[in-house]
Amino acid sequence: MSSNSDWKNGGPQMDRRGALECMVWAGTGMLWALSGGIPSSMFIGDAKAAEMAKNGFTFLQISDSHVGFNKPENPNALSTLQEAIDKIKAMPVKPSFMIHTGDITHLSQDKQFDDAAQVIGSAGLPVFYVPGEHDVIDEGLGKSYLARYGKASAGSGWYSFDQNGVHFIGLVNVMNLKAGGLGNLGDEQLIWLENDVRGLSASTPIVIFAHVPLWTVYPEWGWGTEDGARALSLVKRFGSVTVLNGHIHQIMQKVEGNVSFHTARSTAFPQPEPGKAPAPGPMKVPSEELRKFLGITDVNFIKVNQPLAIIDKTLADA
Amino acid sequence: MSHPLRAAPAVACLRRVLACAATPLVLIAFALLAFAHLCSAAESQSVPSITSTAGKTVEITISNFTFAPPEITIAPGTTVKWINQDDIPHLVAEKNLAFKSQALDTNDSFSFTFSAPGEVEYYCVLHPHMTGKIIVKAGAA
Repeated sequence: MSSNSDWKNGGPQMDRRGALECMVWAGTGMLWALSGGIPSSMFIGDAKAAEMAKNGFTFLQISDSHVGFNKPENPNALSTLQEAIDKIKAMPVKPSFMIHTGDITHLSQDKQFDDAAQVIGSAGLPVFYVPGEHDVIDEGLGKSYLARYGKASAGSGWYSFDQNGVHFIGLVNVMNLKAGGLGNLGDEQLIWLENDVRGLSASTPIVIFAHVPLWTVYPEWGWGTEDGARALSLVKRFGSVTVLNGHIHQIMQKVEGNVSFHTARSTAFPQPEPGKAPAPGPMKVPSEELRKFLGITDVNFIKVNQPLAIIDKTLADA
Repeated sequence: MSHPLRAAPAVACLRRVLACAATPLVLIAFALLAFAHLCSAAESQSVPSITSTAGKTVEITISNFTFAPPEITIAPGTTVKWINQDDIPHLVAEKNLAFKSQALDTNDSFSFTFSAPGEVEYYCVLHPHMTGKIIVKAGAA
């Protein structure tokens, strides 16, 4: 379909090997850097990544841990999360913090939240969470998540913070979803967002993170956010906007004007490319191949107004 | 996508028919008729099935992020049982949350009895693009 015709698997500055690795969708996490207003991406294992981490402010993205998932596609999602965290612990220069773009758990159960917190916490980094739809299916439809991670946030868990001159905004687009619709932010959150960015200079780099892609990836599978365009219109005056999402368990990236979009791999299981399977459920790959499909993302801000460097690394990378 | 738990519609129908073997013959005959309707709807995804169902249970499977059949007509007093055959949880709810299931993991089910005539639209709270409709009509046959 046309809405993803301008999509790439992997980042615009990725070499062939990197591109090939991106085409096998599963993930560990992602490292990010900023230089020149346009993001670029690399895998965490690259020498370039280590160099960037020395020179700039970096943070890490992990996503879609699905702790509690135990189906044949990955019989132990907690252990692949542990492997991802072990990769992070082994990084020569520690990122400043981690963001988790949701689906921490598979079924919003207390034990799943506890297990995830214990493993993720072992990295020894501050973690900023946004919920995925799997984190808000407890009896109270999100009360469990908010009791753990929403105390300091507004509304249903959204918030912002500043780090090294970058304004970070965590949005929630998995609550109060309407029949027949996609991800949803809602009026209350959009009003909050408008106020949140009002006083900021247009040269402030903006990083928005949320679970479901804020733009339309593939509506037939619900891969998009109903009112995502309204959120993006509120930040269009900024010179550098980076949107980080999860949900689709594969890397996709596109640049539109000053806005760069990126989705991360899962640490649990891959999902098919849009439209290439009857449904977006877990994709079975040979078990010895699984770790090539799982990953983490590292982000490095070398300096403000430089491109944001995005580094994806699979669990299979040395 | 490989999915060992997901039976082909024809196999699923056969299984349901066999499950009815303990019931009286007349019911078996009826069930065959009813399931034939269900199966044809599951295969075509568009033909609403009509079953005379008061006091009985009608099954809707959730497979490949789809409710099958997506629309059914039942008599008041019929129980609808949703069974999740996906490897991903789903959560069935009336569109205004008049009723909702818990999160249904693989092979979990949720039942709800519809007593009042009318049309009920429902969806999956996790994947709201998944929708279905129950038409409750007196004397549905």
